[in-house]
Amino acid sequence: MEDVLRRHRVEVTGRPDGQPLMFAHGFGCDQHMWRHVAPAFEDDFRVVLFDHAGAGRSDRSAYDPVRHSTLQGYADDVLAILDALDARDVVLVGHSVSSMIAALAARAEPDRFAKLVMVGPSPRYIDDEGYVGGFSEADIGELLDSLDSNYLGWSSAMAPAIVGNPDRPELGEELTESFCRTDPDLARRFAEVTFTSDNRADLPSVTTPTLVLQCREDVIAPVAVGRYVARALPDASLVLLDATGHCPQLSAPEETVAAIAPFVRGDPPVRR
Amino acid sequence: MSTDAAADAFYAALLDDDAERLYERAPCGYVSTTPDGMLVKVNATFLDMVGREREDVVGCLSFTDLLTAGGRIYHETHYAPMLRMHDRVREVAFDLVRPDGERLPVLVNAVLERDSDGRPRVVRVAVFDATHRREYERELLRAKRRAEQSEHRAQALAQTLQSTLIPPSPPALPGLDVSAGYRPAGDGEEVGGDFYDVFQIGAGDWVVVLGDVCGKGVEAAVVTSLVRHTVRALTVQEPRPSEVLRSLNDVLLAQGSDRFCTVVLVRLRRERGAWSATFCAGGHPLPLFVSAGEVLPVGAPGTAVGLLRDVELSDQRLSLAPGELLVVYTDGVTEGRRGSDFYGEQRLWQSVLAHRDAPVPAEEILGEVLAFQAGNARDDIAVVAVRVPDPSDFAQDPRREEHGHEQQPSG
Repeated sequence: MEDVLRRHRVEVTGRPDGQPLMFAHGFGCDQHMWRHVAPAFEDDFRVVLFDHAGAGRSDRSAYDPVRHSTLQGYADDVLAILDALDARDVVLVGHSVSSMIAALAARAEPDRFAKLVMVGPSPRYIDDEGYVGGFSEADIGELLDSLDSNYLGWSSAMAPAIVGNPDRPELGEELTESFCRTDPDLARRFAEVTFTSDNRADLPSVTTPTLVLQCREDVIAPVAVGRYVARALPDASLVLLDATGHCPQLSAPEETVAAIAPFVRGDPPVRR
Repeated sequence: MSTDAAADAFYAALLDDDAERLYERAPCGYVSTTPDGMLVKVNATFLDMVGREREDVVGCLSFTDLLTAGGRIYHETHYAPMLRMHDRVREVAFDLVRPDGERLPVLVNAVLERDSDGRPRVVRVAVFDATHRREYERELLRAKRRAEQSEHRAQALAQTLQSTLIPPSPPALPGLDVSAGYRPAGDGEEVGGDFYDVFQIGAGDWVVVLGDVCGKGVEAAVVTSLVRHTVRALTVQEPRPSEVLRSLNDVLLAQGSDRFCTVVLVRLRRERGAWSATFCAGGHPLPLFVSAGEVLPVGAPGTAVGLLRDVELSDQRLSLAPGELLVVYTDGVTEGRRGSDFYGEQRLWQSVLAHRDAPVPAEEILGEVLAFQAGNARDDIAVVAVRVPDPSDFAQDPRREEHGHEQQPSG
């Protein structure tokens, strides 16, 4: 059981008896994405941070090519972590692709979750008939090329320092050193799974009350996509942030906290 | 060059290149953006790179507007978060898109400047043309992929080859328990030099051969294949194991390879319901005979085959009574190492005794040798165990019916 916590670098802070509030990072970086947002909730909540398999300083053994060939595999990881922590009545905040991972987790175990927050969600990145995701298939191919070009700077000599030793306490500097640095092979596979996924059909069966946070300008998840998600979910509301970009938790942490706080602190809305 | 001319050149260059010109005409693009990425100041070199006019860029476009869609995703998921985290980003590769759709590969360094309260204020970006470098990197990447594919193919080839040298599982012999264990050295990416084979000559007439070809890899596999097929061919005509190995020696010498092998050949025969084993070792660890709770190495060591013209090879014959066991193995067993400690004969004998009644003794023995080495075998390991079942077991297991469906010789 504890193995799953070690493999995913699970960090639990805040009030031990508080309601569990889990933050899930998206494609690209790791749990440090939440470093300006998570502390704001530590007074009231039991705050849970983790790294997805293949990301940040997660254990290489956490990654399984078959399990992680679909977003459901990542959702199963989330459920396994919550199960190991015996966390109930969970508020799950997912950024980017983790919004859909959160949706899949909540659909699989609806009773475990009290609320979901989706930051910059997109149920499908590639345009489809009657649906604008913002990207073509060729664009995604270019992303993979872009990853290849940039991971040329990732050498195997760096790997041990980045992956780190789970038994060794790290200095603050080293904690952030792994940020956005991932095994190129795993990053490429996560990119493919993320940007070729289509979770539109899953949304109507996610009954957990959900808050969608949408940035004013986001080249990855445009406003129209955020509205689509809020409409497709049975019980969701949308807050349009003044922030731009895809990572408001980094570019506008105060605004992000201010948008999340009333929703997660308030009483859950009555289910329809 | 005169001293005066050098001084003139120095002052001309110094006066000509003021800060403004250095900025505008630097051999790299300079870009300043708001923390959100809106372009606020760019130099002439950058405008040349993107093929646009200043008024079409400054105050109208974000840096991401000049990137490919894939680049935009990378920018948002990696570059921007890293910039916020470390206040700098180095050597990020992007493609700039010009109005005519043409792409310019660039490398980008950026720093994030903060005000006195630590709030992000401006991002300064230096953009370098990387056309030739990118082409070279693509070559490297293609070469790396090809190398990885070749490696996968070589592994697949090795495993296919290995499977032709080692039977997937020993055949079921009527009235005899034959079990085998095999493990190539390391992670099994290379074809091992150890081999074994179990095959039938006629009714109640079987051959077990086990050996170790020196070396490993494809060249060893060629010799292993030759040895296996030669032994199969020779045993049809020649009942004496020593004579088979003598002929095998001639074949290997004639073949001209400098590879040799150690081998043990066992001929198992059943006459009037009783099993006997006639065997010969050629430079190989002696077979272990297990009877009445004792382990005894049997036979004479003999000469390895494929090395010398004159070889000493002799046969020995044993009756195998119910419950008795004959075990042949390669030196990967006894030379299994943990630190400076060898697995050795003592441990092997204990293991053989402990598992003499196990359903598949050879696998148990192999398992113990591997466990001793913490699963990391430095040498190939092969074990074959032949046991005459105890008649008291027959009632429980119909497959051991002595007058069962004995396989007929195929040719």
